[in-house]
Amino acid sequence: MAVKSSRYVTIKGIKDGLVFQFDDQCEFNDLVTELTYKLEHSHQNILTGPLVHIDMKLGNREITDEEKDTLLDILSQKGNLIVRSFDSPYEEPVEAPLPEKHMVKTISGMIRSGQVLHHEGTVLFLGDVNAGGTIISTGDIYILGALRGMAHAGIDGNEQAVIAASFFSPTQIRIADMISRPPDEGESRESHMEFAYLQDGIMKIDKMANIARLGRDFNVFKGV
Amino acid sequence: MGEAIVVTSGKGGVGKTTTTANIGTALALLGKKVCLVDTDIGLRNLDVVMGLENRIIYDLCDVADGRCRLNQALVKDKRFDELYMLPAAQTKDKNSVSPEQVKEIILELKKDFDYVLIDCPAGIEQGFKNAIAGADQAIVMTTPENASVRDADRVIGLLENSHITAPKLVVNRIRQSMVKSGDMLDIDEVLQVLNIDLLGVVPDDEMVIKAANSGEPTVMNPDSKAAIAYRNIARRILGDTVPLMPLDQKKSAFTRFKKFFGMG
Repeated sequence: MAVKSSRYVTIKGIKDGLVFQFDDQCEFNDLVTELTYKLEHSHQNILTGPLVHIDMKLGNREITDEEKDTLLDILSQKGNLIVRSFDSPYEEPVEAPLPEKHMVKTISGMIRSGQVLHHEGTVLFLGDVNAGGTIISTGDIYILGALRGMAHAGIDGNEQAVIAASFFSPTQIRIADMISRPPDEGESRESHMEFAYLQDGIMKIDKMANIARLGRDFNVFKGV
Repeated sequence: MGEAIVVTSGKGGVGKTTTTANIGTALALLGKKVCLVDTDIGLRNLDVVMGLENRIIYDLCDVADGRCRLNQALVKDKRFDELYMLPAAQTKDKNSVSPEQVKEIILELKKDFDYVLIDCPAGIEQGFKNAIAGADQAIVMTTPENASVRDADRVIGLLENSHITAPKLVVNRIRQSMVKSGDMLDIDEVLQVLNIDLLGVVPDDEMVIKAANSGEPTVMNPDSKAAIAYRNIARRILGDTVPLMPLDQKKSAFTRFKKFFGMG
């Protein structure tokens, strides 16, 4: 069978070895056939000479361990080829997931009276939460807009959670099991960009600039 | 094909019926063929405000159940040839018609009329669902009170999740003197919370109550500030650009006289 010109397997030379690039759309068997053919029929002495390091690049193909062994077996038939890396998105060691704290989901819109936004993790909400509206999250809540309704951060009992808003004027705020509301007197208090947090079981509110001093798991910027 | 606009508010008593009657009459005044539809089954008022109570023969439920043809139930206005009203039933309740039935009736009306104004009952239950079913657009009424703004917000949320995408706001019964003294929410505060387009502002006006009691829409009386406001709203619905009218109390001749001499 005449093998079609290099469609699935591309061999490229790099400074310190070879890169085998495999097509990630075709059948796996086609890859095997073509790889075998290329190795068998190649007259370039680079494949028979001194030791050569190989980088395998599989693109987005998901392969089983058996398939991987098949490819390695073919390569090992040539004694001078040493597979240095095997590149496939599924082969890479799974990176430790980022702590929940740093995975912020951005949601935009408007939470009107009677509407509820429920989120798992930390949420950045772009828009207003109106009085009568509710925003609930297991992590932190940051609102780029007005908070006039109710916000409940750390509903699973996370007392480290904070609630922040550009215009902080909630009807009620809850962190973990703690419930708090603004004082009845002094209703005309100016609202700024503020955040609420729990300290020794007491709800406290501070201006945004002080959030870094909270000692929470934030990436704190320190200038030179 | 005409346009169906629902007038709604969530809260009761903010002026849905009065506004429906007045905007409808104002549109008729501007030469449009208008039909007002009362969907407040069991608590119908639109006929009273329009002064057409005694002319009702059939109603919305009769049409929905096929007891009469649609044009048999339409009541022609006393003042305008091109203004009609489809009354609600008084002896039934909201569950006696379905949103599909109302939608069908509205669709039928849109063929004959330029504008179909739907008067929505208070609340967000069956009556509300019936009222918005056939509407293409919505006017949300509110007064400058927290309770009414809260309910308007709720209704806007529901409308935005329905087929009606961009409801327009009418702020009713504003008293400029109270706004100035800080005792009433001003338009900007209301708009900041509700965050939708403003269609108009209607000042508080005793004439409106007087007119409603006599079954004569205020909009007929050009001396009333509310009437001018309603006419402006009607013109905006037609696509004209009409600036918001100044809400300040008309200065008396004497104050103007004083001002002229640099004493005011």
